[in-house]
Amino acid sequence: MTQARMIRAKLAVPISEERDHVRGPRAAPVTLVEYGDYECPYCGQAYSVVKELEIRAGNLMRFVFRNFPLTTVHPHAERAAEAAEAAGAQGKFWEMHDLLFENQQALEDEDLLEYAALVGLDIPRFVREMREGRYLNRTREDFLSGARSGVNGTPTIFINGLRHDGPRDLATLMTAIDKAAREGRR
Amino acid sequence: MSKGKNQQGITGPDSVLGPGVPAPYFKLRSTQSLRPEHETGAPGAPAPDSKLQTLPPDQFISLSELRGRPVILAFYPADWSPVCGDQMVLYNELLPEFQRFNAALLGISVDGYWSHLAFARDRKLRFPLLSDFEPTGAVASSYGAYRRLDGISERALFVIDADGTIRWSYLSPLDVNPGAEGILDALEALVSKREVAA
Repeated sequence: MTQARMIRAKLAVPISEERDHVRGPRAAPVTLVEYGDYECPYCGQAYSVVKELEIRAGNLMRFVFRNFPLTTVHPHAERAAEAAEAAGAQGKFWEMHDLLFENQQALEDEDLLEYAALVGLDIPRFVREMREGRYLNRTREDFLSGARSGVNGTPTIFINGLRHDGPRDLATLMTAIDKAAREGRR
Repeated sequence: MSKGKNQQGITGPDSVLGPGVPAPYFKLRSTQSLRPEHETGAPGAPAPDSKLQTLPPDQFISLSELRGRPVILAFYPADWSPVCGDQMVLYNELLPEFQRFNAALLGISVDGYWSHLAFARDRKLRFPLLSDFEPTGAVASSYGAYRRLDGISERALFVIDADGTIRWSYLSPLDVNPGAEGILDALEALVSKREVAA
């Protein structure tokens, strides 16, 4: 038998209201952070679960998304992450985030441009920033902060700063959120 | 760092070699050479696929040729198992970060060369996979990381310093991807130790 012990990984870079993309009530007792990849099918599943959680948890939870693109196995993930950041620079991060997860099979550059138009971005600016790779550093920073926090695949979820290692179904996550809310650390 | 404790301060398992021990020597068949231009997909390096196709199946890597730089040894149970895939894919993404520490990353399992080659190609891995194949698990055994009854290695990580001494080790539950934060912390500790000594 193995004598291995688990390390309960902790979020290495705290949530910043300025830098992070935060959705939900600012004063919520629970913060759920996802490190995700727009091309990862498991993140697509988690997307639906998180949407439902946000409804059910109401004022209990706020949601933070950070990029963790696994670029060698998901060739479109990095560009998609940059597109979401480019949209974020124009105040439309979550609109783009949702569109990307709802269209995981269509993440070519022309698709990203179409989504940019759909969410109402300034297109010349979007095109310029995407061409320059303006948000490449930002997505890399997210990736490294994830690696330092014990992100070991996508999606990885942290609830009030502690990595959630169990199943990611709605009931399990809702229980974990209730528990974290009762424990009251954030 | 106190003896028998890893970077997280958690007492390591008895079976796996701990910090301060000389890393056991090995020479194993590899999917790639370790020539610098091959390692991290540096600018100008050939594309991974074409490189793998042209490499003959008689490429070996020995620990001694890696003296002078840190080495990350990642023992894993088998090619193709879901957790391993994620773990190796994660390390592949972190190669530029490991490179900052001038560290060489080696994946090791008991799989044969052709399985490794197919796995490395499928996952586009840009670091060598070594075959601990004949005699099976001999290198894993020497690191205390072999599961004799199962005929596979443990999911175990070692960070070896430039002089060939183990500085950090971690044994993960077999079905849990240990991530990379322990490796990154250990590499950082090597650097700060060197800075103190200098």
